[in-house]
Formats: sequence, C-alpha cells, structure tokens
Amino acid sequence: MPLLIPSPETLRRNPEKLPEAVAQSLALARANRHLGAFIELLDERAGVSCGEVMARIRKGEELPLAGFIIAVKDNISIKDVPLTCGSRILDHHPATFTATAVERLERAGAIVIGKTNLDEFAMGSSNENSSFGPARHPLDDTRVPGGSSGGSAVSVAAGWCHAALGSDTGGSVRQPAAFCGIVGLKPTYGRVSRYGLVAFGSSLDQISPFAHDCTSAFEVLHAMAGADSHDATSAHVKVPECEVLSLPKNKLRVGVVREFVDHEALAPSIRAASREVCDALTSAGHTLVEVSLPTAKLAIPVYYIVATAEASSNLARFDGARYGKRSADATDVNSVLELSRGIGFGPEVRRRIMMGTYVLSAGYFDAYYRTAQKVRRLIKEELQAVLAQTDVLLTPTTPSTAFRIGEKVDDPVAMYLSDIFTTPANLAGLPAVSIPWRSDESGLPIGMQLMANYFDEELLLSAGMELERLRPGV
Amino acid sequence: MSHDWEIVAGLEIHAQLQTKTKAFCRCPNLYGADPNTLVCPVCLGMPGALPVLNRETVSQAARLVIAVGGTIHLHSKFDRKNYFYADLPKGYQISQYDEPFSTGGAVRISAGGQEKTIRITRAHLEEDAGKSMHLDNGASVVDMNRCGVPLVEIVSEPDFRSAEEAGAYLTVLRELLRFIGVCDGNMERGSLRCDANVSVRPRGSHDLRERTEMKNLNSIRNVERAIEAEAERQIAIYESGGVVHRQTLQWDDQTDELRPMRVKEGSDDYRYFPEPDLVPLELETEFVEATRRAMPELPQSRRKRYREEFGLNDEAVYFLATERRLSDYYESLLDGKRNPVSVAGWIQGEVQRLLKEYGWEIEQFPVGATRFGALMDSVDKGSLNRNSARDVLRMMLSDDRDVDSIASELGFGVKQDDTQLAEIIDQVVTSSPDEFERYRQGKKNLIGYFMGQVMKAAGGNANPKLLQKLLAERLERE
Repeated sequence: MPLLIPSPETLRRNPEKLPEAVAQSLALARANRHLGAFIELLDERAGVSCGEVMARIRKGEELPLAGFIIAVKDNISIKDVPLTCGSRILDHHPATFTATAVERLERAGAIVIGKTNLDEFAMGSSNENSSFGPARHPLDDTRVPGGSSGGSAVSVAAGWCHAALGSDTGGSVRQPAAFCGIVGLKPTYGRVSRYGLVAFGSSLDQISPFAHDCTSAFEVLHAMAGADSHDATSAHVKVPECEVLSLPKNKLRVGVVREFVDHEALAPSIRAASREVCDALTSAGHTLVEVSLPTAKLAIPVYYIVATAEASSNLARFDGARYGKRSADATDVNSVLELSRGIGFGPEVRRRIMMGTYVLSAGYFDAYYRTAQKVRRLIKEELQAVLAQTDVLLTPTTPSTAFRIGEKVDDPVAMYLSDIFTTPANLAGLPAVSIPWRSDESGLPIGMQLMANYFDEELLLSAGMELERLRPGV
Repeated sequence: MSHDWEIVAGLEIHAQLQTKTKAFCRCPNLYGADPNTLVCPVCLGMPGALPVLNRETVSQAARLVIAVGGTIHLHSKFDRKNYFYADLPKGYQISQYDEPFSTGGAVRISAGGQEKTIRITRAHLEEDAGKSMHLDNGASVVDMNRCGVPLVEIVSEPDFRSAEEAGAYLTVLRELLRFIGVCDGNMERGSLRCDANVSVRPRGSHDLRERTEMKNLNSIRNVERAIEAEAERQIAIYESGGVVHRQTLQWDDQTDELRPMRVKEGSDDYRYFPEPDLVPLELETEFVEATRRAMPELPQSRRKRYREEFGLNDEAVYFLATERRLSDYYESLLDGKRNPVSVAGWIQGEVQRLLKEYGWEIEQFPVGATRFGALMDSVDKGSLNRNSARDVLRMMLSDDRDVDSIASELGFGVKQDDTQLAEIIDQVVTSSPDEFERYRQGKKNLIGYFMGQVMKAAGGNANPKLLQKLLAERLERE
C-alpha cells in the first residue's frame, strides 16, 4: 500500500510541512479506528515533539531521522504515557521512564504519534489476544495482521507512518511484516537496548523496526542501536559507521535451508514464491547453497519452553501491589496478588505463565528447561556453522499468508506453528529480516526471511535491498 | 542440655554491603531514610526496567571472601529465585544458585576455652527485599528502600556443636566484616542477619538428623538462645519417642520463644533459573590479586603481633586490633619507632577520654599521627611532662600549630636550660633554710620536698631527671 503522508525526504526538505503531516497521520489512524492499530494516539505529545524537531532543524542540527513519523508498540515505555501491554492488569499505568530506543529515535528527530495494539504482553501471533480487541489486516479486515506487533505493522502497512517499533521474541515483528507486506527487521540480540521494553522472554526479546523498505529500516536501526548503560545485555559492538544502505558490493552466497523451503506446512503459494526468489537470485549472479538445519525443527518446542519459563518469572511483578489493576475483592496481601493476577491476565498469558512455571518446577526442570537450553545451543551452533559458509540464509518468513480472525484461536499449537521459521533467529540471537516479495492469488502479501551473522545487519539489509530490486513488478 | 546429645548447627549469614549505591541500580544504599524515597524503576520492578550490576558490590564481596580465605570464582552467574511476596517487587530475587561467587574459606573461633575452625561452604551475591510492616488496623505497608541493597550470603558448614560456638563465630565474622569495611554489622537494623539450621544427635553418632531452620535472629545473644531452645525442644521430642519435622521457626524476641513459620514440604520450589537480564560475572585474576594486595592486615594477625612482638596485655590487644581506623591510627603513631606500650597507653587513656568527651569517632579525632607523635616524643625526651602534654594535646584539638609553640604559649616553656633551672633551685633552697639545714644533717628524704617546691616554682615544667641531678648537686655542695 502506498504511503499516505509525505516521505521523510520531503519533510526533511520542507520542515514547515511537518505539523500537517503529523496531523494527517493522526487523522488517518483515527479514520481507520476499525483496524484497531492504536491503543492510544498522542496528539498533544506529537505536536510538542514536532515543534521541537522543527526548532532543531532551524538551528541547523543534523537530525538523521528528521521527517520520520513513527508508532511505538505499547509494550515499550514512554514516560508519562499509559503503558498497557494490551493487558487489563496494567490499567491506568503511566510509564515512569522512557525506553532507551525511543529516547534515541526522538533525539534523532523521529516523531511518535501513538502506542500500538499488540497481543497481551506480546504473547501471540495474530494480535487477537489483546484486551483492546484485535488489530485487523489493512487489506482485508476479516484477517489478522499477524502478531504480536500487529498494530505497529498496520500503522506502517496502511501508509500512516514511515516506520514503527515492535518487539520480536519469536517472530513478532517479522511475521506481521510478512503478513502486511512491509519490512520487519529483528536485530542481533543485544544490538538495541531492551531498557523500557516490557520483558516477555528476556533472552529472546529485541526491539525491532517495521519500515517500508530496507533503507529506512536501516536508518531507524542505526539511530537506536548501540550499548546502553541501563541494559547489561546490550552489546558493546560498534554500530556501522555507514548511515546509508547500499546494494551488496559482492555477489552473495545465499544458503537455502532445505528443511524450510520444503516444509510440509508451507502454503503452495509460498513454496512457489521461494522458488521464484531462488531463481531471481541465481539470474542476478548470486550463488545458492543448499544447507541443512536438522535441529531447527525443534525450534518451536524449545522456544515455547524458554520463552514461557522466562515469561512466568518476568510477569510475576504484575501483582496489583504497586501499580496496575488491583482486585477490589482482595482482603490481605496474598489475595491482592492472587485475585489481581486472576482478573488481570487474559487466557493466553495465563496459559504461558502456567507452562513456564511447570517447566521450571522441581522435578521437571531437567527434562524441560535444561534440555531446551541444550537444544538451543545446538540450534545456535548449527546456524553458526551454516553461516560460516554463506553470507545470508533464505527461508520463507511464515508458512501461510494472513489467516482469518478466529481461525486459529481455539488451536494454540497451530497458532504456535506460525513462528516455525522465525524462532531459530531468536534462539540463536541472530539478526533476521522479512522482506515482502509478492502477493498470493488472494492479494495477500508473502514475505521472505533472510538471516545473517551476528551484528551484520548491514549485509543482511543490503541483501534485503537486493531482493527488493529483484522483486517482480518493480 | 543433656550430655547424651550433641548439637549440629550451621549458620547462614546475610551481610548488607556498604556500597554507595544499590546492587543493580543507582539508588543510594542508605538506612533510615523516609519510606520509599530511595527507589527507582529498577529496584521497584517497574515494567521494562533492567538490572545492571554495580562494580563496588563485586569489589566488597571479593574483600569479604579474601578475608575468610575463600576462593573467588572467576566465573559465576546470577539466577532468579522466584517467589511471591508484597515486599519482593519483581516477584523474584536476583541471587546466585549453582555457580556462586565463591566457595570455601574458614573462620577461627575460640569457645569453651578451645580454638576451633568453622568451615565456610560458599558465599554468593544477592539483592535484599523490601520491608513489610503490618499495621494495627490490619493494613500491610511496604518500604522499598531496602530493595536491591547488595547482600552477601555466607553459608557455613554444619560445624557448630554448641550455641556458644555459633555466638563466637558471629562475633568474629562481624568484627571481620566491620574491620574490612564491607558491612556495619548492625544486627538490630538488619544489616547483618542470621538464620540457623539446627539438628541434634546422640553424642558419638555421626549421622545427621532432620534439621529445622530458624529465621529472624537479630542479635548474637538471640542466636545462642534460639539454638539452645531449639536443641532442647528436639531432644525432648526424641526422648519421648517422637519425630522432628523439617520446618522453619521464627524467634520472637518479645517473648523469647520460637514460633513455627511454615511447614516445609520437601523444600520450597523457588524455580531457580539463570537471570537472563545479567551477563555472567567474569573476573580477571588481576582483579582478585589487586584486591588481595589492597587488603589490610586482619585483626587476628594484628593481635598476634601486638601480643607477641609488642608485649601488649590482652585488654590493649583487643582494644587496638578490633576497629580498623583505631588500629591503623595506633600503627601510624608507632611509626615503626615509638614504644608500643607507651603509645597504647596514650590511645587507651587520653585519646579515649577525649573521644568520649567530644562524642567523636576515631576518624574525627583532629590530631594527626605526625603531630601527636611529636608530642609523644617531647614527653619521652623529658622536655614535657605527661600532665603538661595532656594540656597541650587538648589545645592541639583546636590549634594546629606545632607542639613547641603550643607548649610555650601554655607556659610550659620547656625548662631544659641548666642555668635557668639552677636559678630556681637556688631561690628555693635559699628560701627554705630550715629544710636545707635538716637535709644537711642527714634527713636525705627531704629531697622530695625540694623537688616539689622547684617543680611548683617552674610551673610544673622542669625536666624531672635534670631537676633531680641539679638539685642533688646544689644540696650536696659545700
């Protein structure tokens, strides 16, 4: 879908047009409220930032993200703005500080227009698990936009924003990016500070941008990446000097993951699209290398053990004692905790907390958590070995295109399988991106995933740029 | 206690470190502030906040481990200990489970007239929780200032065979923690806390029976009383044919009674798992060695030296080697050359008196070692007598001129001069013809009378040795 507001370049050249563009963006979101993309629109705050950005541009400041109008998933904190995580348990909770990533984007000149809808605490693949109702696909509102960062994906795909932040724990940015036909980049674990991102699976979570193309995804990443003294897991690895992305300087060695391109769950249209991508790459002079990731088929069970274990602990703080929802029926300390959690969390969150509690329990820890960590290491080693022989790996992003709302809600395992191609990158901590390729016969977008080596987002995105160049009809 | 039974006890000590800021955030680590004023998103467990380990926490823990002779692990990691309580804002405590900061070490104690070694199993880093209070109106309130204060948990082997040994261990350990400046050891305020695991067994037996755990022991005396009481309780159960069940007891210091807290079924399931928000703690050998080199000489070694090399008595030894600053002050006064017994006398006497009078701690004592040393030297040389020196010292508290200037201003003109003193002697002798006559006739002990008179005339500032010599010469002169 086309961008419905002026491009960042236009706004950078004509900063006086910024207020109008911001107003336009907000108006579009409001007019399309039925898509459920936003939980809160921040008109006043956006107005203030707009004024600040214009003043800084007038002073001659170089703002790398001047002209960027963005949306932020509502599990990322912005001081004094309500932080809901799509959950009832965070009723009336204004955040007490601003996430490092948001702070850096705003410093670089980006203007945040609102907080977007998501699966409660980022747990889901369809954005149906939100206490604010589902977000809907911009091309077909009977379908899901993907999840958990559904609202952010819609805000960009529908053409209201230049970019948006989501969080990707097992595919929560790449999968909705694929469903909605935009770029979704999960950076290397540690590349972007997690400070201010409400944790789901701390060892997997990464704040991740959506954008219309690889170039702007790279610009957003560049502005927010880098070590942060508030996040011990943020990496002290140099952020690439280059601020502008270019096509790959050399021909690529592209690893094609056998188990994934031939996966039995793959929709025929996506299988066909994968073949087209391979052909296009070959025609363009790149080398395809068939590679195998035998352990990767265990990624889903491993992911659902690790992520739920961490989530069961991460979500323990939502107890009604200090902030958020407190049950009116509570009579003492323990009942505050028990009753508040009971009414505050939705069914999917409760299910994952129970799974996570179970896999960490005495007597089950070794069989589940410890085993999962071992397999996780094997998956990581396997991916590293394969990436040692190739520049990037190619897989489809999702086994199907956007499904219908309600289609999978009663079958959590079917829902979990949406993440089958995306979870390995989270388990290994590798960067990965979903690039829109073409649409299927019903006009729904198909996304292709690329993975690259640690901290090599530059190569990853220039390979993505090459896919954009080779895309049919471009 | 019956002689047929023997206590087997182990202690778990939680020591709050004296860092400027909390373990994982930048809030001040202070006791006694208004409730919930020393808090931030991190220690309050606000959504999205992350912990970042404070280097000073590691550094103080390292000193502690070195002081007890333990082995610091160059690799250790943090884990989450999950449980729900209103004073635990994140719903888990950051601790160390299967890869602790250190293992090993020991503390020498003396109890019941015998020396003994208590082995330390391990020490690990963790964070403190907040403080819950239950009000009379039924409400519960929480103070989160304590959340995130760095703790080291020191776990001993079950090496204690009596309550007295446990008390002695705590005393030595507390002294050590204070001496190296990592914990103020205040049990009432909870900066040092003690849990005790207690079981009993027939004397001579080597098997371990079921143990109970006692929490909230907030003084050394209560640790001893609680162990004593719990051992008696267990013995009574065994002797009446009963079975001791694992449980946690709480010592109520209002009633001096143990009350059961909760029945432990097997053990609590804390669902420990590696803390994903923190990277493993990797230390360099060089850091450990540098910390070791920077360690002060510890009390036990100082005591041995003071006793054996300086010949100080037990009281002086204990007094001068228990508090770090006092002990360091003592050593800097000695400066490797002054008489240890005489310097000890000064500190135990006059310095103590002044500290008490002004309500000072030793580090507030305004007379530095160099100036005080000069004063002591004047006394040793005989140019000032002790009483005058006391007055000079008092003056030095608020006057930073050198000893001689103060002494002469106070009129303690140092009467070193033979002629000057000889003149005074002459006057005294001349003005006491009767006494002089009697002396000449053999009442030699009248020299004491003359000494007194001359000293008085000299304003107390005559060098006594010189005075005696000159006076004797004058009296014997034909």
